[in-house]
Amino acid sequence: MNILFWTIQILFVPAVSPLMIGIIRKFKAMFQKRIGASIFQPYKDIIKLLNKDEVISKDASWIFRFAPYIIFCISILIGASIPIFTTSFSGLPTSEIIVVVYTLAIGTFFLALAGMDVGGAFGGFGSSREMTISAFAEGGLIFSLLTIALISGSTNLFNISNNILLIQGKSIISLILAMGGFILILLAETKRFPFDNPSTHLELTMIHEAMTIEHSGKKLALLEWAAANKLAIFSILLINMFFPWGIATNFDILSIMVGFVSLIVKILIVLFGIAFLESTIAKFRFFRLPDLLLDAYIINILAICLIPVL
Amino acid sequence: MISNNIDFILLLSIFLLGALLSLIFRRNDRLANYCANGLAIIGSIWGIVLALRHITNGYYTNLSLEIPALRVLSFSIRIDNLSAFFIFIISLITLFASIYAIGYVQHYYKKYCIGTLGFFYNIFILGMLLVVSSSNAVLFLVAWEVMSVASYFLVIYDNNNPKNVKAGLVYLVMTHVATAFIIILFLILFKFTGSFDFEIIKLTQATIPAYIKDIVFVLALIGFGTKAGIIPVHIWLPSAHPAAPSHVSALMSGVMIKTGIFMMIRMFLDILQPVPVWWGYTVLIIGVISSLLGVILALTEHDIKRLLAYHSIENIGIIMLGIGSSLIFSSMNLNSFALVGLIAALFHTLNHAVFKSLLFLCAGSVINKTNTSNMAEYGGIIKYMPLTALFFLVGSMAISALPPFNGFYSEWITFQSLFQGIAVTDITTKILFSLSAGGLAFTGGFALMCFVKVFGITFLARPRSIKINKVKESSFSMLIGMGGFAIISLIFGVYSSFIVKTIKQIVVDMTVFRENVDTNAINLTNSININNNFADVSGIWVFLALSIALVSTVFVFKFIINRKQKIVTGETWDCGTDLTPRMEITSTAFASSMIRILRRVVGPIVTKEVKFDKDNLKYFPKSIQFDFKINDIYGKYIYKPITDSVSWISLLVKRIQGGNTNIYIMYILLVLLIALILLL
Repeated sequence: MNILFWTIQILFVPAVSPLMIGIIRKFKAMFQKRIGASIFQPYKDIIKLLNKDEVISKDASWIFRFAPYIIFCISILIGASIPIFTTSFSGLPTSEIIVVVYTLAIGTFFLALAGMDVGGAFGGFGSSREMTISAFAEGGLIFSLLTIALISGSTNLFNISNNILLIQGKSIISLILAMGGFILILLAETKRFPFDNPSTHLELTMIHEAMTIEHSGKKLALLEWAAANKLAIFSILLINMFFPWGIATNFDILSIMVGFVSLIVKILIVLFGIAFLESTIAKFRFFRLPDLLLDAYIINILAICLIPVL
Repeated sequence: MISNNIDFILLLSIFLLGALLSLIFRRNDRLANYCANGLAIIGSIWGIVLALRHITNGYYTNLSLEIPALRVLSFSIRIDNLSAFFIFIISLITLFASIYAIGYVQHYYKKYCIGTLGFFYNIFILGMLLVVSSSNAVLFLVAWEVMSVASYFLVIYDNNNPKNVKAGLVYLVMTHVATAFIIILFLILFKFTGSFDFEIIKLTQATIPAYIKDIVFVLALIGFGTKAGIIPVHIWLPSAHPAAPSHVSALMSGVMIKTGIFMMIRMFLDILQPVPVWWGYTVLIIGVISSLLGVILALTEHDIKRLLAYHSIENIGIIMLGIGSSLIFSSMNLNSFALVGLIAALFHTLNHAVFKSLLFLCAGSVINKTNTSNMAEYGGIIKYMPLTALFFLVGSMAISALPPFNGFYSEWITFQSLFQGIAVTDITTKILFSLSAGGLAFTGGFALMCFVKVFGITFLARPRSIKINKVKESSFSMLIGMGGFAIISLIFGVYSSFIVKTIKQIVVDMTVFRENVDTNAINLTNSININNNFADVSGIWVFLALSIALVSTVFVFKFIINRKQKIVTGETWDCGTDLTPRMEITSTAFASSMIRILRRVVGPIVTKEVKFDKDNLKYFPKSIQFDFKINDIYGKYIYKPITDSVSWISLLVKRIQGGNTNIYIMYILLVLLIALILLL
């Protein structure tokens, strides 16, 4: 049972994340009155890229070659460290909020370095923009997780998820505010609207795509997959930290089944929300983004002040 | 009379011998180099042994030299666990910095006198050792001056560059103004307690009136804060640290500024306890401002050593956050959390010493090979200096608080101690701690951005100037110096719970933490566990998790999936034009959007001058000159008014100081008369 649990815990995020990208694209196509590609198209893309040969610039150093592995392994590790459909484990050593935030930062660090490595005209600017946004996002991210950590009295993600189930009364207000802040951070960290346009290759606007522009073949597959994993991680965090109702708290088949079904329903809602946002609002100007990210931080300070004293 | 323990005297004599021998052999560059750094290495190893023996056996060194006729001038040295901890830091950094120096100093051969460098280097270390171990204000001030003056001579060592001499002057003035504050501080304490001895001051300070204590606090904050480099008294730091030879920069940034921190801990958390809560608030606010502004100013820099110097200000800010939270908790009688705050501060002090020295040594090797510290001329150095680049990467990750390196764990504890403050019920404290923790979070984000910039611009991409093509890897001893720090950085991260356990042992020894301390506030059996399982992190397990994830990812994707993949080497996409270094991003461009967002804080001054071939046909510019400067806010609004008023007063004084001896004699006569009349 334990082995089965850990297999699912480790493989769930990478297995499902391309599907999530596919579903968002399908939803967006629906909004645009298109049929759109199959929701399994991202899997086909990744498999195709994995089997391709590569072209690497002669200016590239080992950072460029090695970074995709680091970025992908970070996304797998964090994917395994978050509560997915049950909270009845204490998680990995990396299931602590600050550890999660800074381990994710390792991925950002190497992604930005890889973007700068070949000395092209795009990569450096992509890195600069990415780092600017992630620098401002860090405060909001730590504080929305901190708010729920203070509500639940632990910084371990599994404990948080478990204890949030029990909250009542005034803490709900703080929880909702923190969730609002976290949604802003989710959009920034996963490079969705209004922060970045995931489907553009226009040099004036792109952030994530600019950094990966020189990668090809297997390395590009890993980077794309890692980006999808990050979307999955943040969506599941949103669901299981701020709205965990339905998640299994003990380890019997029935509650795990319930946990699984409720997770999938909630993921679909989150994906629909993202697709809805991307179809209805425009991308913001780059220099307006920090305001949005600082809002996420300030909302959370408010949320912390509103936590009732025990 | 000198009583017991000869060990510490031996430690001091090794450095003194190093200083004298290098002066004696100053005619022979090579011999002077080996004497100075060799003895510094021996001395620092002895220092590490001595410090560890103190910490593990928990014993004190007490040395005193009393002159019965002049009780005021009696010298005394007292090494408790806190001093031993700082002796450990000084010795550890000195050890690898000196190993590095053996290779590094060689490029000064025939240009400068190696003997004087070795002399001041050893005297400088000697001064620092005395500063952290003296237990008497008079000896302390002597040691403080020895340290300051020796470091001044090291700053101006490379005196062919007029910029260095100017930086040295700013440093000398600032450090002496600070010393003046410290002298006043000890005189006030002497007036109220009747002693210069720290122990006696500590025992009798309860009788000092509260407002005098507040004055002492402000004086200490300015005096010791200047040495530590807190904003706004930091201005000497970004000019002095880059001017010194790199192994000295490592010591100045890694260790010397920490003596300011040491004295603040000594004064506020040891000697003057209990303290009012506003002291803690002030220290916390200064911590936030220093850390945020330090990192933002670092982002705007393009000189690699100045940039690192600004990061020292940032990290001093983070240490101040720990000290500030500790002070607040101790005045609220939450001693167990005060313990967490102080442990965070001390652990970060140790960690910052390690990774900042590492970064300075790496920067020194790069500057040594390229003969420039301007990052705009770097690029692609990772191919020419692969090991230096690797060590710099380790340092960058450690300073950006990325696991599994040491910087992460001390920031983690700092975060936790601030979180405990947010959980406090008092609303002012809660908001202040929320803002501080936010400041720390944003500082982390900015630091990460800054080190992507430094590493990316310096080591990655293509060279931006021709001189890079001739660059070669540094010599063996320099690599050992850097590599040693890089490995320590990893070890202190992986075994963080063990290190923190030792630091806890050091801290609980202090009088403040003798009572009301719940040992579960920070429990260190297998991991770092804060406040009864509120938060828990284990360096070893995080390291293992990361390594297993990385190894299995590489294994699966490199050696199993599509193993026969062909890799073709091509050109970087050039957009259809020639690929020139000008297409690469520069350090100014990298930070430009951030500076634009923060323009209210940094006040950038951008001037753009475009020249055209024909004035009436403004389509084809002949040349564009782009000038980017950061507004020197502190110089303009704080230091300029001060220097202006000083020169105004000097002009007034000039009127009565005409240079005529007869008039001076008349002045003396007049003063004598007035004094006599007053006595009557």
